[in-house]
Amino acid sequence: MLSKSKIFLRGTTDVLPHMLSVIPFGIITGAIGVELGFDPILVYATSLIIFGGASQIIFMQLLSGGASSLVAITSVGVINSRHLLYGAVLSEYLEKLSFIKKLFISYFIVDQGFAESNKYIKQNKNLSNPHYYVLGTGVTLWFCWQLSTISGIILGSFIPEELGLKFAIPLTFLAIIVNDLRKLDHVFVMLVSGFASLILFDVPFKSYIILSPIVALIAAFIMLRFKK
Amino acid sequence: MTWFSIIVSGIVTYFSRMAMVALIDRDMLGTKVKEVLNYVPAAVFPAIIFPGVFFNDFGSLVEITDPKIYGAIIALIVGFFSRSVIATILSGLSSYWFIVFVI
Repeated sequence: MLSKSKIFLRGTTDVLPHMLSVIPFGIITGAIGVELGFDPILVYATSLIIFGGASQIIFMQLLSGGASSLVAITSVGVINSRHLLYGAVLSEYLEKLSFIKKLFISYFIVDQGFAESNKYIKQNKNLSNPHYYVLGTGVTLWFCWQLSTISGIILGSFIPEELGLKFAIPLTFLAIIVNDLRKLDHVFVMLVSGFASLILFDVPFKSYIILSPIVALIAAFIMLRFKK
Repeated sequence: MTWFSIIVSGIVTYFSRMAMVALIDRDMLGTKVKEVLNYVPAAVFPAIIFPGVFFNDFGSLVEITDPKIYGAIIALIVGFFSRSVIATILSGLSSYWFIVFVI
């Protein structure tokens, strides 16, 4: 039987390969926040309070573009709805924890950590303390994310605006979905969302950012019906 | 106001992480909902990518020869074959900068 500290350590080290993408993403998030004109303290606060790269960038981009708080907050909610799926999968392994521990560990549920935890726990079915693994992945991700966004914030104040770093925003999101480009069903949903966003771009309150994903998810739902 | 939005967004994000773990019975999410949730990244991110590439700062369509379009195509090709986050971003940015500053 593996001890708690060994399982925790496994978690912290198993996510390390992901740092190759997490660290540059964090640097870009910090730098873009400053580039968009936010106070460095506010930019860092998003890393601590929201702690989710994509949502942080979209949040800041929307607010700096004149969107209302309501639109910014709602779009953060839409983006993060995928966490519900992670939670539903992980809840089976976290069932025995006390309520307080569940509340604590939830803060650390992140894409890459979820992917590794799910893989590891499925391969090692009779672990008595699987939550230490989840926590391990979360701790590595948390520290790397905080440090890389801080570096990005510092770097961002030196980067001249003429460089057009804002173009890094679409590129970063392209990089996130690059793994799904080989799945035709995902590509279909992406195209629906993309074209919807171009058509709906002028709808008031920047609501294209919420409406396009909804249109695309409805398309996904219809597609799933036809697949069966 | 910004602080307020950050805190509410933080609560929303935390809630999305915590709800299924601590509050809601996981069977509440039917298989259909789970299947659709799988597509959330594919449904969300293109809505940021497309306008970021095809519109300029004033919200009108860019010309087909815009450096952003070349940058995005190169990033797409590099990303598809390398599946690397860094390679995708750097190839897109560097080709964009090459066109803007060198050509």
